[in-house]
Amino acid sequence: MNFFKSLAIALLLFSGAIEAQSVDATRQVVKIALAQEPPQLNSMKATDQVSIFVLGHVMEGLTRYDRRGNLAPGVAERWTLSSTAAKFWLRKDAKWSNGDPVTAHDFVFSWRNAVDPKTASEYAFILYPVKNAEAINQGNLPVTDLGIRAVDDHTLEVTLERPTGYFMKLTAFVTTFPVQERFYRSVEASYAADAGQMLYNGPFKITDWVHSASLKMQKNQTYWNRQTIQLNGIDADYITADTRARLNLFIDDEIAYTQLDGETYKDALKNQFRIRPFATGSVYFLEYNYRPGRITGNLKLRQAIQAAFDPDEFVNKVLQTPGNLPGASLFPSWIKGVSKTFREEFPAKVLRPDLERAKRLLAEAKAELGVEQIPPLVLLVSDSPTATKQAEYTQGMLKTKLNLDIKIDVQTFKQRLAKMTEGDFDIVGAGWGPDFDDIMTFGDLFASWNLNNRGRYNNPEYDRLVRVAMNSSDPATRMEAMAGIQTLVHDDAIILPMYEQGVIYIQHPKIKGLRRTVIGSDPDFTHARIVP
Amino acid sequence: MLRYTLGRLLSGIITVWFIATATFLAMHAVPGDPLMNEKATTAEIRENLARKYGLDRPLAEQYVIYLSNMIQGDFGISFTQQNRRVNDIIKDHFPVSAALGILAITFAALGGILWGAITALYRNQLPDIIIMFLVILGISVPSFVFAALGQLLLVNLNQWFGTSILPVAGWGTFSHMLMPSLVLGLGTMALLTRLMRSSMLEVVNEDFIKTAKAKGLSPQRIFFKHQLRNAILPVVTVLGPQIAAITTGGFVVELVFAIPGLGRYFVQAVQQLDYTVIMGTTVFYGAFLVLMVILVDIIYGFIDPRVRLK
Repeated sequence: MNFFKSLAIALLLFSGAIEAQSVDATRQVVKIALAQEPPQLNSMKATDQVSIFVLGHVMEGLTRYDRRGNLAPGVAERWTLSSTAAKFWLRKDAKWSNGDPVTAHDFVFSWRNAVDPKTASEYAFILYPVKNAEAINQGNLPVTDLGIRAVDDHTLEVTLERPTGYFMKLTAFVTTFPVQERFYRSVEASYAADAGQMLYNGPFKITDWVHSASLKMQKNQTYWNRQTIQLNGIDADYITADTRARLNLFIDDEIAYTQLDGETYKDALKNQFRIRPFATGSVYFLEYNYRPGRITGNLKLRQAIQAAFDPDEFVNKVLQTPGNLPGASLFPSWIKGVSKTFREEFPAKVLRPDLERAKRLLAEAKAELGVEQIPPLVLLVSDSPTATKQAEYTQGMLKTKLNLDIKIDVQTFKQRLAKMTEGDFDIVGAGWGPDFDDIMTFGDLFASWNLNNRGRYNNPEYDRLVRVAMNSSDPATRMEAMAGIQTLVHDDAIILPMYEQGVIYIQHPKIKGLRRTVIGSDPDFTHARIVP
Repeated sequence: MLRYTLGRLLSGIITVWFIATATFLAMHAVPGDPLMNEKATTAEIRENLARKYGLDRPLAEQYVIYLSNMIQGDFGISFTQQNRRVNDIIKDHFPVSAALGILAITFAALGGILWGAITALYRNQLPDIIIMFLVILGISVPSFVFAALGQLLLVNLNQWFGTSILPVAGWGTFSHMLMPSLVLGLGTMALLTRLMRSSMLEVVNEDFIKTAKAKGLSPQRIFFKHQLRNAILPVVTVLGPQIAAITTGGFVVELVFAIPGLGRYFVQAVQQLDYTVIMGTTVFYGAFLVLMVILVDIIYGFIDPRVRLK
């Protein structure tokens, strides 16, 4: 033992390593790992979770989410919203990290830039409720026609295309964050490529970023609300997609937070960590192809599959990790309705497996289609282990219950997308996560004009209901229309909802106030603190 | 020697050009749209992106533009990290992979030669049997298993000591490099051990060894001066390509130990169809490999005078 101890000390001296500690209560610093290098920290173009996580901590929009998850003033001190216009009064003490004030012009610049077709931002559509945004984004109008105007340095006026009940919630979203034009022009193409190539106006700022290795954030001393921020630093010292490596780092007390998967879940249990579930807010479903000539266009066939599928069995036997909910609707259970959640106000029809009915429906489908046996259906899925496992379950289930043949087509990320867009599938395993905190982020998914409607479902009644909800700012009218869509999704078996995604994670017991959220920057360390 | 070197360099350049062309064609033949992402975009936005990356031009024109940029040493901008140049990616991450790789190859070469010599000396005896069993493990077990096991070992070691002896993952100090480079070098070490063993055994039966023994040279002198020096030649031959393979990064090892090396970019670019990064890393890797092979050929000339004469 003596030998090992001295060897250990020798190694310690040799490496200069200090004792690992993932949280530091005196310095108020927390260490974490990122799942990947943030690919895009230009807020006007960012779309991925890791970039949005970082941006949510180092930037701030007109509004932001407070520690309880409610919309709160950000750069804007107060605002008024009518059905076709909004006016914002910006606080005078909002500053960039270089000391310049954050002005209304910074918003005009970033909003125009985000919808400019030359920027080619995938999230330009977030700003479509703003007047002329869509036309500008399609190259039909100049960017100066966008319905946003700086009255003076601290007053911002926005004109809307149509009444948009959820407009305020968009002002907390990354795409609408301000960018200072002068700074942007000074670095242009390399904006946000490195820590020094950005200006920060959020609670933290990036002080050190070594690509693919580490990203350190420190409390921003120019942030207007700095008194309420207790953490002094968020150090992402590790960047790796490997969940087991992250669990090992957690066990070694080098990181204070990590998400688990089916594999690492068991090891975390063995280590007696407290497993915390979190619903991501995403729904996963099977999407059918409605293009002419596709057999999945037959309603009876889709209803037969619906009647054969058992969401409870799927969640318990296939997904296994805690936190997932059986699929029942296009709308996940967290979506807000008029006063309670939407699903409380408008319960979805529960999918109960009924084999007799399924068989009867399949026979009717065969008769309608005039075939003896349904030809093999192509199920397109991505190449992740979970996706293939789910596909194999579906294949086995439909074979044993209905004697339906499924051909699984496993494709890598980009190839699957290409096939989805070209319509080269019968059924595709798909999912949808919310972009903003309103029911419409799910509601218009199968509208005939929606480009994410990969199966090209086309139903005038669906489109009509979406338009009703879109053109109204009355919550009751909108929710009624969405309830109509929920019924339609079930009755027309537009998709087969499989599950609402839940994930599990572990965190250091000394961290308090860490907020998980389905919208925007998640996990949110803004109001977190470390207790001694 | 100069003519020989120049000749090798010229054929090297042709090889690199061939690699670049083949990669370019193969990459474009892979189905899938590099500009497509989870969220569908309008045709307008896709066109703008295509214009930015020159994908709206005919393939032949893209090829010519690409080649002329490459000759000027410009690999363009990454598709996934739209504000980073591929040159910067290589510049930032290759040194990391190289540092790790050099340590790994040092482990592998030292270990390989040592174990190889031992097995040859103790042929068919216990040390030989044990080492050769481990060698088979080293060759057949994939590196992700070793990486996971190595990391688990560190976690347990740290828990046992109650303090962080060696970091579990990450990058920055020499202690961060030890376990990953050992894991990275294991496969090569096993390969070299086997090579060294057979080569040693071959040399033992050569006439010049018999002559040396007959001359009454000491066993040590025979071993180091005649046997080892001759047996090491095939090891040096494979060392070149192995150095190139290891120093350009082990994807799995980099992932598990959270190391910011080039290997990650190399593999992820293919998954993401990041055209410019695929081309940049492949051509860089190809050129590096060719260079190492040429270098080994030249070094060979110094070790073995017979090569020079040819």
